[in-house]
Amino acid sequence: MEFIKKMQGWKLWLIWLLLSLVATYLLAMNAWQGADKTMFLPGQTTVGHYQIELKCDACHTPFMGVKQDACLECHKAELDLVNDSHPAKKFTNPGNAHLLEHMDAHQCLTCHKEHVPKQTHAMGVTVPTDYCFYCHEDIGKERPTHEGLGFDTCLDCHNFHDNRALYEDFLAKNLDQPKHAVKAELPLKTLLRSYGEMQSQSQQNVAVENQLKGQEHENWMLSVHQQKGVSCNDCHMQPMEASSVKQWTNSPDYNSCRSCHNAEVEGFLGGRHGMRLAQNLSPMTPQMARLPMKAESMHKELSCNSCHTAHRYDVQYAATDACMSCHDDAHSNNFTQTTHYKLWEKEIAGDIPAGQGVSCASCHLPRVNVGSKRNPEVRVMHNQNDYLRPNEKMARPVCMKCHGLEFTLDALVDSTLVENNYDRPPSVHLESMQWVKDRVEARESN
Amino acid sequence: MTIRKTLLTSLCAALLFTGMGGCGKQASSGPAPKAGIDPKIMADALFAVMEADRTIYTRNVVKRSKDAGLVKASEQWKDEDDKGSLPLPAQMFRMASERVSEKTETFSYQLKSPWPVNKQNMPKTDVEKKGFDFIVANGGKEPFYGEETIAGKKYFTAIYADVAVSPACVTCHNEHKDTPRTDFKLGDTMGGVVVRIPLGS
Repeated sequence: MEFIKKMQGWKLWLIWLLLSLVATYLLAMNAWQGADKTMFLPGQTTVGHYQIELKCDACHTPFMGVKQDACLECHKAELDLVNDSHPAKKFTNPGNAHLLEHMDAHQCLTCHKEHVPKQTHAMGVTVPTDYCFYCHEDIGKERPTHEGLGFDTCLDCHNFHDNRALYEDFLAKNLDQPKHAVKAELPLKTLLRSYGEMQSQSQQNVAVENQLKGQEHENWMLSVHQQKGVSCNDCHMQPMEASSVKQWTNSPDYNSCRSCHNAEVEGFLGGRHGMRLAQNLSPMTPQMARLPMKAESMHKELSCNSCHTAHRYDVQYAATDACMSCHDDAHSNNFTQTTHYKLWEKEIAGDIPAGQGVSCASCHLPRVNVGSKRNPEVRVMHNQNDYLRPNEKMARPVCMKCHGLEFTLDALVDSTLVENNYDRPPSVHLESMQWVKDRVEARESN
Repeated sequence: MTIRKTLLTSLCAALLFTGMGGCGKQASSGPAPKAGIDPKIMADALFAVMEADRTIYTRNVVKRSKDAGLVKASEQWKDEDDKGSLPLPAQMFRMASERVSEKTETFSYQLKSPWPVNKQNMPKTDVEKKGFDFIVANGGKEPFYGEETIAGKKYFTAIYADVAVSPACVTCHNEHKDTPRTDFKLGDTMGGVVVRIPLGS
């Protein structure tokens, strides 16, 4: 104590500062390198990112800056898929500098902020309500129907990025459609067709597999894998780490599936079920979820086999029962009360052709043609984010396969139907379809 | 000694490569020539390439394909229902412009018009407004050249007339639901290409 008394004031301050810096450094390094980084979270993370919120460096630089390309690393493919209406490249020309005076449209972070729950919308992102106004304030002069509309009403009908089902020419082309299409049918997968050649390559393995017995074998015998000659070794023999030598593994992971189903695995890793694995974190479990989940499912670790049960790979189970085995929210639990589900039951029973029933996967993991009209390649999209929010993303690939556009858009904006799982017709009607109709009629009469 | 030699050799190579000089022997003698190219010459050359590419795409791809009953050009060519169609010439031009903007800041260009289908493509800066008045008044015979400062950067700005080279240009613009003008004729100035070259700070 005598020693401290002898020290002058500034020396004490210096020692205090040094000790504080050392303590802060040690604390920070320990937390940064250790497992628990919750102390660094500045606020609740959004519904699309909380799964990986403790993998700070997925988005942040070491000193808590935000990586320039953090958003696009995961979301660029999606923006390309939706024909982004406002890509950053539209704003790079100096001739458009005036558009950037009020908001920097180059940067995702201008509109979308993380860890600010009070500003986060139901859609899972922060979205300023006034950004359209800065560039489109004169829209009332061009479109008399838009005159006097509030600056915060644009997003009722438009999106900044994805307007595939909302642009005027498309609306005009799909006016006056019936609520229910005469041919209500979802496209069927073409996956098996593309794997047709595998049978001959792996045929020699089948004889060996037929000697096996047990439940796994029975399940495999019922599977499409068996029909196509995909046998034990094709999944269970995997390359050893840092080597091309293959070794037997009892529990093949998603990398095993990837050898034949790469697009599907990539989708899974990009979505909410697989995004933890994509970041080299432990698998997502229902226990971690924010949505209500069934108590008995809490221990499950999500991988390909969580929905596509090993050996049997029953896609009908994966399409609905697998979802229902975990999800316990009102939307999920109301599904069995809907006409969609009744049709699904009929499809499973073989009473109606495949494609006429509606499962959970029909809407959330839809079958989409990624080929052309002439050479269709219909695949199941395994990233549920691509068709979730805003829900207009579902309009074209899903709803409009069976319903008219007007009915579809009315249903998608009727928020009560989300909880009821679309068990009744929409109770709201969008005025904008009438505006389009009036514009078309006015043009035709001139 | 070996390390020092290696370092010296590397430095010489780097200097020669960057054109900054040489070691032991001069790469060139006499005063260094003035670097760069006159922005007006560069803008004219760039526009010559743009105009040639665009005209050839319009006449030899879009029109030829349409006349032969093959693939049509469609404004909604990106739509999944329209997958087999070609982009319109103006869209092709804009896409290339956006791609250039992503790759380099040494120049930029845009298609604008006093009568645009999309109102966002109206002339905006004072120089653009003055330039479009000029090229429209002289029937597109002479380009406009000027300088302007945008967001703190100085630019050489050239504006060239964009002339209707095909009947399809005229029909499409006159009949478009959002056009503010319906009396374009073949050979009319329908808009202009704004080429900008930064002049340094």
